[in-house]
Amino acid sequence: MWRPIQFKRSELMQPLDNPAVADVFPLYLGLAPFKNIETQVKRTLMVYGVNPDSSSFRIEAINNNREQLELKDTVLFDEYSRPEFGPIGKLIAANQNLTGINDYKVSIIGLFRMGVSFAADGNVVTSDLNFMRIFPKRNLDNIDVGIIKLNPRSSQSHVKGELEKLLNESINIFTYQELLRFERNYWANMAPIGFIFGFGTIMGWVVGLVIVYQILFTDITNHRNEFATLKAMGYSHDYFIRVVFASALLLAIFGFIPGLILSLSLYHLAETQIFMPMPMTAAKAITVLMLILSMCFIAELIAIRKLKDANPADMF
Amino acid sequence: MQTVIDVQNLSYSFGSGTLMQPVLKEITISIQQGEIVLITGPSGSGKTTFLTIIGGLRQAFTGSVVVLGQQFIQSSEQTRVKVRQQIGFIFQQHNLLKSLTALENVSMALEMNNQLSEQQRQERAIAMLAAVGLSDRIHYRPEQLSGGQRQRVSISRALVGQPKIILADEPTASLDKQSSYEAVSILKKLAKESRTTRYY
Repeated sequence: MWRPIQFKRSELMQPLDNPAVADVFPLYLGLAPFKNIETQVKRTLMVYGVNPDSSSFRIEAINNNREQLELKDTVLFDEYSRPEFGPIGKLIAANQNLTGINDYKVSIIGLFRMGVSFAADGNVVTSDLNFMRIFPKRNLDNIDVGIIKLNPRSSQSHVKGELEKLLNESINIFTYQELLRFERNYWANMAPIGFIFGFGTIMGWVVGLVIVYQILFTDITNHRNEFATLKAMGYSHDYFIRVVFASALLLAIFGFIPGLILSLSLYHLAETQIFMPMPMTAAKAITVLMLILSMCFIAELIAIRKLKDANPADMF
Repeated sequence: MQTVIDVQNLSYSFGSGTLMQPVLKEITISIQQGEIVLITGPSGSGKTTFLTIIGGLRQAFTGSVVVLGQQFIQSSEQTRVKVRQQIGFIFQQHNLLKSLTALENVSMALEMNNQLSEQQRQERAIAMLAAVGLSDRIHYRPEQLSGGQRQRVSISRALVGQPKIILADEPTASLDKQSSYEAVSILKKLAKESRTTRYY
């Protein structure tokens, strides 16, 4: 999750006056070192603090363990966390479930499935009170995220508009979908990792452009006499532009197909290595295809200038 | 007789300024339909340059060059391309497309003719290759043919579109004696069968 700025819990309580609001839940977030039970090596993960009485998460394993989470110093561990945190499932089964988070002793009472992100290599969920014990400098009045549950048939956009007027300007209000978009946008455009990926994409496009240009340029050079012969026979320059464009299009399509297959394998490999979901969506594949087509088209426009050197008079 | 090539006071030079090298000076010639014209001269005398100008392959700026009714001086590339489509070229080297068969090479000359179907183009190309004695070689690629056979394919390609003018630049220069004899015989035979203007 992106780095939220804390705000007062009392702000979150204000929407309760709105008849469309059914309930509100504070959510506390904090990064803390987690001690591997076997190796004792510490690694940072994300700690989520929730009120166990609420249903803040849509994760069944968390909701089923709400009563146990009310107990002191208990946490649930995300089994999709990186393996460096240790074989927590096996250790729980072996009753070796005591560890330290932020040098505070806790017992792991169960597992749930969430997955890692750019922000954290692993996750634990605990009660808001336990969260304060793990992070002694935090207090219940300062929350990171407030979850607002609306009554059925309430208009999200209408309530959102009302809350924007009601709450402090510094507080961002999102619907669930808006939050997802904001999150994606943050990592894609604002975080360093997004810049690195974006830069890599641009560099890939430029390198691809140069390679395709070189292929087309060499092809035109190798067939210069043939182009000149056809020019002498009465073929127009437009015809040759179409020929080179067709070559560029074929390069794009026949380059895309093996590239897609290779990418699917690499995505799968990346998923297994970094434990982050990396789906190859149709939108992503189509975007890449469009980038490749634009790359080949521009390379063709540059390479086509070489065709002018094919002077039919040189054939005699 | 219709005049197909009319050249008046044509001059042409290579280079510019002090490096200018005049090649053609005040050339005037008129060629009628069906006429066979041979031009001879020492190497560097401008035969090929003259041929490329009247073939619309080179732009000249002085004098007048009217080919098939189109003025080439100061003309656009589009104008010259349209005229070139009515001219058959036979090069010194065969200049066949290496990746295509003899049949495909000859058919290429008909690709621009939208009035012919694919089948008609094929039939014409096969008939033309048969006329030059290559009916058993139509699916051969250039590297599978002898020099004389390649030049016969080149002649077929130049003639298949029934051009109004044929321009041939030393078409037998790269051939041995026997192949040269065959190529010239074919051109003579085809000359009798049509009234195309030939310029060698």
